[in-house]
Amino acid sequence: MTFKAISTLAGLLAGAVLSLASPAHAADDSLSSVLAKKSIALGVASDFPPYGYMGPDFKLTGVDVATAQLIADKLGVKADFVPVSTPNRIPYLQTKKIDLIVSALGKNPEREKVIDFTIAYAPFFQAVFGPKALSIKSFDDLAGKSIAVTRGTIQDDVLQKVAPPTLKIQRFEDDSTTVAAFLSQQTQLLATGAAVAAAAIQKNPQMQAEYKLLLKDSPNFIGVRKGETALLNKVNEILRAAKADGTLEQYSQKWLGRGTGVLPD
Amino acid sequence: MIEFDFGTVLAQWPMLLRGLVLTVVLTAISAVLGALLGTACAWARLHGGPLLKRGVGAYVELVRNTPFIIQLFFIFFGLPSLGLRLSVEVACVLAMVLNLGAYACEIVRAGLQTTPKGQLEAAMSLALTPWQTFSRVVLPPALARIWPALVSQIIIVMLGSAVCGQISAEELSQAANLISSRTFRSFESYIIVTGIYLLLAMALRQLLYWVGPRFIFSRR
Repeated sequence: MTFKAISTLAGLLAGAVLSLASPAHAADDSLSSVLAKKSIALGVASDFPPYGYMGPDFKLTGVDVATAQLIADKLGVKADFVPVSTPNRIPYLQTKKIDLIVSALGKNPEREKVIDFTIAYAPFFQAVFGPKALSIKSFDDLAGKSIAVTRGTIQDDVLQKVAPPTLKIQRFEDDSTTVAAFLSQQTQLLATGAAVAAAAIQKNPQMQAEYKLLLKDSPNFIGVRKGETALLNKVNEILRAAKADGTLEQYSQKWLGRGTGVLPD
Repeated sequence: MIEFDFGTVLAQWPMLLRGLVLTVVLTAISAVLGALLGTACAWARLHGGPLLKRGVGAYVELVRNTPFIIQLFFIFFGLPSLGLRLSVEVACVLAMVLNLGAYACEIVRAGLQTTPKGQLEAAMSLALTPWQTFSRVVLPPALARIWPALVSQIIIVMLGSAVCGQISAEELSQAANLISSRTFRSFESYIIVTGIYLLLAMALRQLLYWVGPRFIFSRR
């Protein structure tokens, strides 16, 4: 190879490095990189009816999926749905695998330390469920019982704080195994979101299960990576408009069978 | 750039320690029972009646050709429908013993089958009973031959116990998962737990390499 060829090659390489470097710089701001790519990566649940789940046509659907699609449409970009689980969704956001978490995400101070939240977009509450035969009137009645809960969820957190120490908390990886543990009577009680419990109870009438205690009334928020103010403001703007024109109310009526109620702004 | 914060994770050391203890206990019980079961099955596959051979063969095929997590879920979530409800820990041990038993069966059988014919003939000419022949003449050198393979299978089962967290057993990997979901320090949690598993596996191998020749197939 001649000297000239080598220097040309070096020039080409330097050019390649520079051209690689510039989009990486632009990607520091999620909103502009989303608009540039014309696609937004949305972390949604695929096994969490009626928020995010596979419909009979094998397409993702639910309140969260509709809301996420609405955001993508209003941004004028393609919605790239990434199925996330409850324990992995925050790490996915932090490691930039997704741009937004739209998967029935509740807000708490621990999470606020690591990610930012938009305004609320859908109602949600967590509770303890159990068989009719078991009398549970207060948290003290949980003493000596066993309960299934999904690891890392708000209900796990609340139980940890309010339940008597003799309550055996059994933690599972996702809602379907948590519900399976309760339905196979491996645990006496179930702590989960109202929607999940409703579906499980309805499909298994032999369990004679019912609502016992309210753990937390916690509407859903959309999670945004810390410091992504531009994206956060844009999503808030879209959500406020959707709230004002009744779109969110309509989603809630369609999938949850009741209105949104008062959502915190 | 990622900033590491191991302190937050290490502050949860009691949880890691409890997880480590459960992993070690689960492994110890299932290694002993699983190796015994495997040896018994190996004997059955070679010397049992036709029905026993078939039965053990079916068990080995069933376990070796299905995923461990499905076996565990079957025991924990499935058996209660048949009226058999096991605690988390018992379900884990049962799944691990059944799993190791099937693999150990094939490993031990390979060792038994490579016994030179001359040794069997020598045992017969000394008028040893079939049981004496098996337990004194055939088994010890067979175990010595397959010991490295058996040890690595036991280590695989130990590492496989990480799956037990899926049915809420609070073993080492579940502890790491819990710490990571409480502190949001997932990278650090998994680095630490990876290190613990690595040390544990190496220690277990050393221990078994030490125990084997001295107590299990001692050459006198």
